[in-house]
Amino acid sequence: MLGQALRDQQRELTVFRNRLMLSGLFILVAFAILLGRFSWLQVVQREYYHTLAEQNRISVVPVVPNRGLILDRNGEVLAANYSAYTLEITPSKVANVERAIDELASFIDVTPRDRRRFKKLQEESKNFESLPIRTRLTEEEVARFAVNRFRFPGFEIKARLFRSYPQGEVASHAIGYIGRINDADVKRIDEQNLTANYKGTDHIGKLGIEGAYEKELHGETGSEQVEIDAGGRAIRALARSEPISGNNLVVTLDLKLQKIAEEAFQEYKGALVAIDPKTGEVLALVSKPGFDPNLFVDGIDPQNWDALNNSPDKPLNNRALRGQYPPGSTIKPFMALAALEYKKRSPEFTISDPGYFALPGVAHRYRDWKKEGHGLVNMHKSIVISCDTYYYGLANELGIDAIHNFLTGFGFGAPTGIDIDGELAGLAPSQEWKQKRFRQKWYAGDTVSVGIGQGYMLATPLQLAAATATIANNGVPVHPRLLKAVQNSRTQETRELEPSVSRDALAARPEHIALVRSAMVDVTRPGGTAAAAGAGAAYAIAAKTGTAQVVGMKQGEKYDEKRLKQEHWDHALFIAFAPADDPKLAMAILVENGKHGGSTAGPIAREIFDYYLTGRKPVLKPLKPGDDDEEHD
Amino acid sequence: MISRAFEILTRRIDGPLMAALALTLALGLTVVYSASGGSSFERAVGQGRNLALAIFALWMFAQIQPQLLMRLALPVYLAGLALLVGVALFGEVRNGARRWLNLGVTVVQPSEIMKIGVPLVLAWYFHRREEGLRLRDFAVAAMVLVLPVGLIVRQPDLGTALLIFASGFFVIFLAGLSWRVIGSLAVAGAVSLPFLWSVMHDYQRKRVLTLLDPMEDPLGAGYHIIQSTIAIGSGGILGKGWLNGTQAQLDFVPERSTDFILAVFGEEFGLVGNVVLIILYMLIIARGFMIAASASTVFSRLTAGAITLTFFTYAFVNMGMVSGVLPVVGVPLPMISYGGTALLSILVGFGILMSIATHKQLVSS
Repeated sequence: MLGQALRDQQRELTVFRNRLMLSGLFILVAFAILLGRFSWLQVVQREYYHTLAEQNRISVVPVVPNRGLILDRNGEVLAANYSAYTLEITPSKVANVERAIDELASFIDVTPRDRRRFKKLQEESKNFESLPIRTRLTEEEVARFAVNRFRFPGFEIKARLFRSYPQGEVASHAIGYIGRINDADVKRIDEQNLTANYKGTDHIGKLGIEGAYEKELHGETGSEQVEIDAGGRAIRALARSEPISGNNLVVTLDLKLQKIAEEAFQEYKGALVAIDPKTGEVLALVSKPGFDPNLFVDGIDPQNWDALNNSPDKPLNNRALRGQYPPGSTIKPFMALAALEYKKRSPEFTISDPGYFALPGVAHRYRDWKKEGHGLVNMHKSIVISCDTYYYGLANELGIDAIHNFLTGFGFGAPTGIDIDGELAGLAPSQEWKQKRFRQKWYAGDTVSVGIGQGYMLATPLQLAAATATIANNGVPVHPRLLKAVQNSRTQETRELEPSVSRDALAARPEHIALVRSAMVDVTRPGGTAAAAGAGAAYAIAAKTGTAQVVGMKQGEKYDEKRLKQEHWDHALFIAFAPADDPKLAMAILVENGKHGGSTAGPIAREIFDYYLTGRKPVLKPLKPGDDDEEHD
Repeated sequence: MISRAFEILTRRIDGPLMAALALTLALGLTVVYSASGGSSFERAVGQGRNLALAIFALWMFAQIQPQLLMRLALPVYLAGLALLVGVALFGEVRNGARRWLNLGVTVVQPSEIMKIGVPLVLAWYFHRREEGLRLRDFAVAAMVLVLPVGLIVRQPDLGTALLIFASGFFVIFLAGLSWRVIGSLAVAGAVSLPFLWSVMHDYQRKRVLTLLDPMEDPLGAGYHIIQSTIAIGSGGILGKGWLNGTQAQLDFVPERSTDFILAVFGEEFGLVGNVVLIILYMLIIARGFMIAASASTVFSRLTAGAITLTFFTYAFVNMGMVSGVLPVVGVPLPMISYGGTALLSILVGFGILMSIATHKQLVSS
């Protein structure tokens, strides 16, 4: 019994030791497997995992360059930057954005406008983008938020550079504005292979100088290598390549002149372009009413947007570049030049004006604005008193294709090529054009209307100004432009733009221009249609008045009984340059519903010339459209 | 006087084992300091306190005679079982698991008691049935084992259940369960795998799937494994240096001071560090086997063997999971991970081992 027990015990001990040995073997194998695994990870695959670890911890953060400034020709600031704190929300990181904003509003002012703007931004952007709910936070607000930060995951205070337009509405159509980058912008940036340079940039120039010279203004984005933790927070900077600030742009505008021009319009809508005829530099570019570009900088709210977009006054429409009007009688000097050029009229050729013109064998009478007629009229007089009958016959004899060819030389019917976007081409009609457009034959009657700048003829104020400057420049075509110089923002080195040497053929012979010019000077002298504009001037003004008929209401405009009447008033047109013998400034003015060029547009021109040529500050008198029985030009 | 005090203090301490333990624990403290960001001593000091308590417990258990332990085995097991039933009925739910029992004075996790209770009671049982073990005895042992393990699985706490099952199985295995039974159990286990799959919780299934393909859900279930393998792999042969692991210090490794501390260690000390750690573990295990092999009673043999094998299981499961060869199971790296409870149960185990090592002369004489 005891022996049995002892044997059992012995057996049990042997089994135990065997199994212990076995376990030991198993353990060795198990640890060998682990060692194999560690060797695989840490020796064979080390490079791979090292790369992954580096990718984990290093984040390349773009450093956005400062946008270049925009200055007027005298160094006045038109667009600048300021740095401010913004409070931004990444919607994807916030469970209930509305409620979080409500909570935020309990200790930081959030206006209804802020909310509307945020909402609009939210609709337009991706969920993971950081969008501002408040901009320009005060130091105190920043501090107040910092204390409550933990309650607002997905909210962040950021220091950002903002664009500001210190002049407000002044020159807004020329300067343009920047706005948040939208899908169309992204696509364009992508097509131009600039995606890398726009990492971190969330605004882009949309219009005007801001839009056209985006490349110059933006600069080159730098980068910073930052070590981040698993939560994405930056721990320390590892390396940095500095961004290169955008270039400052000096534009051709003269801010003082621009202001005077805008004020001269008083409550009228319209457009004005003033050009230095020797260089093509645009000194003033007005489109009234304007808008405040500052509204767009941090995202425009829907209310302001609707107000701007749906106003019957169309403040967002750049009338100077995009308003296409019948040039009316302002076309007459060009018609006279055409007739001289094609030898259809000599300066001495005289007609007897019965107050109308009729095509041979047609009963229809094309009436002069002066019912009883102007009597004997030669070329000089036809411009001074703006005789319609003279030009009806002249146009008929020239024929539309000759008119088309000649006007094209002055830039009509094609964009002038000014260096901002959005310009429309106007229209210098031809037989071919009518056939293409309407599949109709050109009639002789069509040509007669074109003779006084009506009918199919359309021109933008910019085209009129460029054509006027071309007369002032003795027939050498003038190409308007807005950029004067580019200034490196770091070295302050300024590179003036080469004055564009015109290789175009002369638009008209200088001896012909001299003839027309002398008639244009008499327009502003007693007996001329703009005698009032020239009265008492210390220098001679060459000018031509014009009237563009308002055909009727356009589609989409609101019916407004009170406005209706004035809306049907004719547009007043005026082209001029001075001093007549050595022109320093040429311009075209359009006053919507201003009736007669001489009465509303003329005084505007005079104020600008006075200031520009003599330094006299204008004293504004109310613009009177004049009575209907008054001279009609 | 001093030498007398030293004699009392060290009388029941096994020198070689203690030396290996001390080295490993010291290594653990330095890693915990690094894994807690390397800028504050808070965690390291806390772990130092845990360590002091656990070493005291080790010393205490080393003083207790194996015979006394054997007598305590059944009461401890029954108490543990009662508490587990209590947990199932009145337990507190935390993080979706019912693991804790509020005793009014303190909140306990009875499964921890079973880590020691199960191997002790099984060793006690086999010791009692020393004369000729029959299949029936193994059946009883299986019941004793399965009961608490089943209760813990239901909590659910798969990791702890697995470890307790392993510790009990080691006792049964070392007691001589026939190979035929082991073979048929293995076959039965393989056959029941699909069934096991069907009763598994979603998160448990996910862990298995994640092991098979961590990239399937790189920011969710796979994130832990991906980040820990990146940490270990990027450490290379020599490591990035103490406190210099980017994965660890920048918080990419989740649970870096507890279950995934090996990723921190492997990143900062490299393959060399891992080899050193495995050697330390092997020294401890080897010493444990020596103690088990020369123990004088069945109870102490089985207890010593099971404790050593359980310790190995802890180490292997954790290292396997962090390096991506085993599914993610909530098992800390023994003696390295931050945390008092696991440290306490492990050092209590080694206390018992030392008691067995130092009391055998008395018994055999």
